[in-house]
Amino acid sequence: MVVVELITGRTLDQGATVEEKLSDEYFNAVNYIELSEEDFKQLALKEGDRVKVVTDFGEVVVFAKKSELPKGIAFIPMGPYANAVIDPATDGTGMPQFKGIKARVERTEERVKTIKELLEAI
Amino acid sequence: MQDIICTFCGSVCDDGEYDLEKRKVKKFCKLGSSKFAEKERIKAPMIDGKEVSYEEAIEKAVEILVNAKKPLLYGWASTANEAIRVGVILAEKLGGVYDQCASVCHAPGTLAMIEEGLPGATLGSVKNRADVVIFWGSNPMEAHPRHGTRYSISAKGLLVKDRKQRKIIVVDVRPTKTAKIADMFVQIKPGYDYAIISALRAIISGNADVVPNEVGGVPKEKLVELAEIMKKAKYGAIFYGLGVTQSRGRDRNIENAIKLVQLLNRTTRWVIWPMRGHYNVVGAGEVPAWEVGYQYAIDFSRGYARFSPAEFSAVEVLLRKDCDAALIVASDPVAHFPKMAVKHLKQIPVIQIDPFPNMTTLIAKVVIPSAVYGIEAEGTVYRMDCVPLRVKKILETNYWTDEKILEEILKRVEKLRG
Amino acid sequence: MLWIKNGIVVDPKNKINAEKMDIFVKNGKIVAESDVKKEDCKIIDASGKLVVAGGVDMHAHIAGSKINTGRTMRPEEMRVVRNIAGKFRATLGRVLLTAPAIGYEYAKMGYTTSFEAAQPPIGALHTHEELDSIPMIDKGALPVFGNWHLVFKCIEEKNLEKLKALVAWAIERTKGFGVKVVNPGGVEAWMYGGNVKSLDDQVPGFNVTPREIITWLIRANEELGLPHSVHLHCNNLGVPGNYQTTIESIKLANGFRNPKRQVLHVTHVQFNAYAGSSWRDAASGAAEIAKVVNSMDNVTIDMGAAIFGHATAMTGDAPFQFSLHKLIGARWSNKDTEVETGAGIVPIGYLPSNPVHSLQWAIGLELGLLVDSNKVVLTTDYPNGGPFTEYPYVMAMLMSKKMREGELKKVHQYVQKTTTLPSIDTEKTLYEVIHMTRSLPAKVLGLENKGHLGVGADADIAIYNLNPLETDFSNEFEKVYKSFKTAEYTIKGGEIITKNGELVKEVFGKTFWVDARKKVDLEVIMPDIKEYFNYYSVQLGNYGVEERWLKNPSRLEVV
Repeated sequence: MVVVELITGRTLDQGATVEEKLSDEYFNAVNYIELSEEDFKQLALKEGDRVKVVTDFGEVVVFAKKSELPKGIAFIPMGPYANAVIDPATDGTGMPQFKGIKARVERTEERVKTIKELLEAI
Repeated sequence: MQDIICTFCGSVCDDGEYDLEKRKVKKFCKLGSSKFAEKERIKAPMIDGKEVSYEEAIEKAVEILVNAKKPLLYGWASTANEAIRVGVILAEKLGGVYDQCASVCHAPGTLAMIEEGLPGATLGSVKNRADVVIFWGSNPMEAHPRHGTRYSISAKGLLVKDRKQRKIIVVDVRPTKTAKIADMFVQIKPGYDYAIISALRAIISGNADVVPNEVGGVPKEKLVELAEIMKKAKYGAIFYGLGVTQSRGRDRNIENAIKLVQLLNRTTRWVIWPMRGHYNVVGAGEVPAWEVGYQYAIDFSRGYARFSPAEFSAVEVLLRKDCDAALIVASDPVAHFPKMAVKHLKQIPVIQIDPFPNMTTLIAKVVIPSAVYGIEAEGTVYRMDCVPLRVKKILETNYWTDEKILEEILKRVEKLRG
Repeated sequence: MLWIKNGIVVDPKNKINAEKMDIFVKNGKIVAESDVKKEDCKIIDASGKLVVAGGVDMHAHIAGSKINTGRTMRPEEMRVVRNIAGKFRATLGRVLLTAPAIGYEYAKMGYTTSFEAAQPPIGALHTHEELDSIPMIDKGALPVFGNWHLVFKCIEEKNLEKLKALVAWAIERTKGFGVKVVNPGGVEAWMYGGNVKSLDDQVPGFNVTPREIITWLIRANEELGLPHSVHLHCNNLGVPGNYQTTIESIKLANGFRNPKRQVLHVTHVQFNAYAGSSWRDAASGAAEIAKVVNSMDNVTIDMGAAIFGHATAMTGDAPFQFSLHKLIGARWSNKDTEVETGAGIVPIGYLPSNPVHSLQWAIGLELGLLVDSNKVVLTTDYPNGGPFTEYPYVMAMLMSKKMREGELKKVHQYVQKTTTLPSIDTEKTLYEVIHMTRSLPAKVLGLENKGHLGVGADADIAIYNLNPLETDFSNEFEKVYKSFKTAEYTIKGGEIITKNGELVKEVFGKTFWVDARKKVDLEVIMPDIKEYFNYYSVQLGNYGVEERWLKNPSRLEVV
C-alpha cells in the first residue's frame, strides 16, 4: 500500500475521445492511474495490473501504469473514475477539489468496472 | 474549404482545411481532428429511451421544466452564443439556475478577477511580443496542442521572431509533456502555488530576505533565478491552467499571481491569462454577463439574477439537492462531476441537448440530438482570449441546432408562463 | 399612425423654440399633417407638455469586451435590481448595467439613440452581439484607429490613398460608423511600458507621431466624406497640465473645412482640461479650452462631465488606466489587443469631499457653460464620468445658477480658487440644452434623420411633463431635474415604448454602419493587409463581421 497525492486532469487521449464516452477508446483513456516508478515497484505491479484507490470520498478500481512522476504523486485522467474519489467540497467557490487529494493505493484482483457499471453504482 | 475554425479547445485554431470529398480536416491537432471525425450520434429525440419526434421531445422537456420548482440549466461551453443567449433568457423565464462548465474549470479565475482585475492581452499580443512565457499549472501539449505553434511557443511574431527568441518556463507538480519542451521546469509540491507566488513577489519587490531556503519543494536559488528572468523580460506572459484553479487555494492562487503581474508591470510589461478549455466556454460566461449581470452560478428564483458560487454553482446545487429538474446542454456532468453530485442528477428528470451520446445520456429522461457547431451549424464563439470568431457550416444536416431547440422550448414556456 | 396634439415643441434644427404644434407620425417617420388620416390616428394629448426629439448619446461605453469585463469584475454593481422578470426582461445595474437595462433606462429617460464610443476592431463582433442585445435604442459603434499598426504604416509611407482604403476597409469589416482615435501612439507605447507625452513624441517602433496620426486620419476621413468626423480622445488624459495638449490637438483642425459638420470632435474634454503640474496644484483649464473652441468653427467637443457617486473608468487608453490603478490602488484589468489597440478598466468613484473629484465635477460644468451651445454635446463619457441616467442633473445645472450655487456649497472648496464655475452666471436656455442633447449630437455624428422633429425624421420622440412656457428654469430646478429623468412618453419609430417610466413595449432598434468602399480602390491596401496578417492570431478570411450576422443593420453608403 502506498500513500499518494492524487492529481486528476486532461490527457490527449481523453480529449480525443471526449465526444465518444460510450466507446472502448474512451474507457481505455480514463480507466487508469499513473504512478511513479518507485511507487509502482513498491506495490510490485506489472503493466495491466489493477489497483484500488481509496480516499476519504470514495474508492475505485483502475488499471495501474508506470509514468514519469515524482514519488508520491499519482495521476488519473479526468472522468468518472477520477470523480469517484476526489473531494466534492468546494470551499464556497463552486469548484470541487479535483487535484491534490490524499489517496491510498493497493494492489487488487477486483475488476475494473465499465462506465455503465460505475454509473449504476452511484 | 479554407479557414475552417476548430470547435474543440479554447485555442479555436482558425486555419483548418476541410476536404469535402474525404470528409476530413487537415492541419488540426489530434483533438481537432477527433472533433471533425465521424462518430456515433444520438440518432433521434428520445423520451425514456423511446424514439420520438423533435416536437414531442420538446413538449415533454417544456412540461418538465415548467413543472419544476427550481430547474438547473447547465453546460453551455460547447455551443454557440446564439444558443447560450436563449438558454440564459430561458433560465430567467423559468426562475431556475444557470451555471456553466467554468464552475468546475476556470471560474476561480473569475473570482480572482473580481478581487483584483485581470491584466491581460489577446493571443496575438503574446505571439508578437512575449519573450518569456510561463505555463503555470497548464499542460498545453495535451490540452491545447497547437497553442504553442500558433501563439505562445514557436509562433513567429513581429518582435519575437521564433522559438529561439522566447524563453518557455513550466511550473507544475509533475514533468508534463509541456515541461519536456520547456527551457526551464520548476517542479513544485501540490498545493504550494500560493506560497511560491508570494515568494516571487517578495523577491521581485526587493524583500528576498524574508523568503526561506525552500518553498513548496523549490529551492530559494531557483526562485531567485525565476524572479530574475521575470524582471528582465521585455514582455512576459503567464498562462495558467487547472493546476492552479483546481488545487488548494483555487481562486486565491490566481489572485496572488495577478498581484505578481501588477507588481511586474511597474518596471516592465507582463500579462496573465487563463487557458480556457472549451471552444466557447468564454461565451458561456460572457453572454450571461451582458444579459443578466454575471458569468456563472446564477439563480433566478426571485425574478432577477443573483450570483453566489457557494450556493448556485451546479455542483453545490446538486450536493444540496437544491434542484428538481435539469437541462444539460453541450456538456456531460455525469462524467465530469464528483460522484456525490451525480447522485442527485440520477434522482431528478434530466433533459439533455447534445449531438453525441455520453454518460449524461445514460440517465437522461429526454434526449434531444442537435447539430454540431462548426460543422453542421454556423454560430459565434469566443476564443480563450475573448476574440470572437464565426464558426462555419460545412455539412448539411437534419439535426436541429441548439439555438432552434432552445427557442422552441422558450416559445412554449413563454406561452405557459406569460 | 400617431397624432401628438398641442405639445410645446422645441426643435433647434428646425428653429422651433417652444411653439405649440402638432406632430404627426406614419410608418415610423414624422410626416406632414396632410399625410395622415386623422380618424385612424392614435392620439396623444401633449397639452402643456414639452415635445422634443429622442435624446442622442454620441459617446457612451455600452457594448463590447471592456464593458463586459467591467460587469464581470464588478458584481457589486449588479446588486441593484431595476426590473423583475415578467412581461419584460429582468434588469440589473447601479452605474454599470446589463444590456437590457441599458436599453430600458435610456428609453425611460427619453433617449433613443446611443453610440458605442470605442470598438476594438478584432472584437467588433462582440460589440455587435452586445449592441444587438440592447433593446429600444438605435445604435452604432466607432472602431479605434489611433494605435493600429496598419494605420502607422500608411502614415510612415505618407500614402493617403492607402490610408483612405484602409479606413474604408476597416469600417466595413467592423460594421462601424466612423474613425475613433484614442491616445494616438500612446497605447502602442504602453506595449513597452510607456506612454506618449506630447504630440511630437515618436511612437516606439514606428516613424510616426501623434500629431501625424491625427492629421492624416482627418485628411483621410474628410476625403472619404464620412458622415462623422474624426472623434478624438486626446493624449495625456488625466494628467495635470494636459489642457495644453488638448488645445494643440484641437488646433490640428485648422485648414480643414466641411460644410455639413465639424472636421474634428474632441471627446470627454473634462478629463483633458487640467491645468497645474501635479495633483497638488491641479486646476481647471476649461476656460482656456473654451476660448479656443469658441474661436473655431470646425471643432466640436463633448463634456465628459463627472457625477458624484460610483463610476468605472473604462477606455482604450491602457497606459492611463495603469497609472490610475497605481494612483488610487484600485483593481485593474488590461487587454493588449494584437496589433490594433488596448484597453483598461478600473473601478472609481467621485466624492464631493474630495478636492480632485470636485475639481473634475466643476470642470465638466464649466465646459458645458462656457463653450457655445452649438459646439458642446452633453455627455458623462458613461461610465467613466458617471451614469447616463444623470444627464438630467447636468441639464438642470446648465440652466440654473441657483442650483449650481447650492451644489457648490456641498463640494470641496478647492473649486473656488481653481475653477471659474462659482463666477459663471450663464444660464443656458432650454433651447440650447435640447440642442446639446439632440440636434447637435445628431449633427456631429452625421445622422440626418435623428435629433429633430422635421418631416422625414425618424419618429423618435420624447414628451416630458414640463411646460417650457410656464417653467422658471432658474428656480424650479428640482422639477426640471425630475421631469427630464422620466419621460412621460418615449416613442421609438412611432411606437410608444415607455410611459411615465413604465415599459410599454420592447422594440429593437437599428445598428447604423458606414460603407465607404465605393470611394476607394481596396486593392491599394489589400497586399499590405495580407502581409500584416502574419502578425495577427486569426486568418484574414475569418476577420470581420458580415452584415447578415447583425439583427437589424442599417447601411449608410458614402458616395
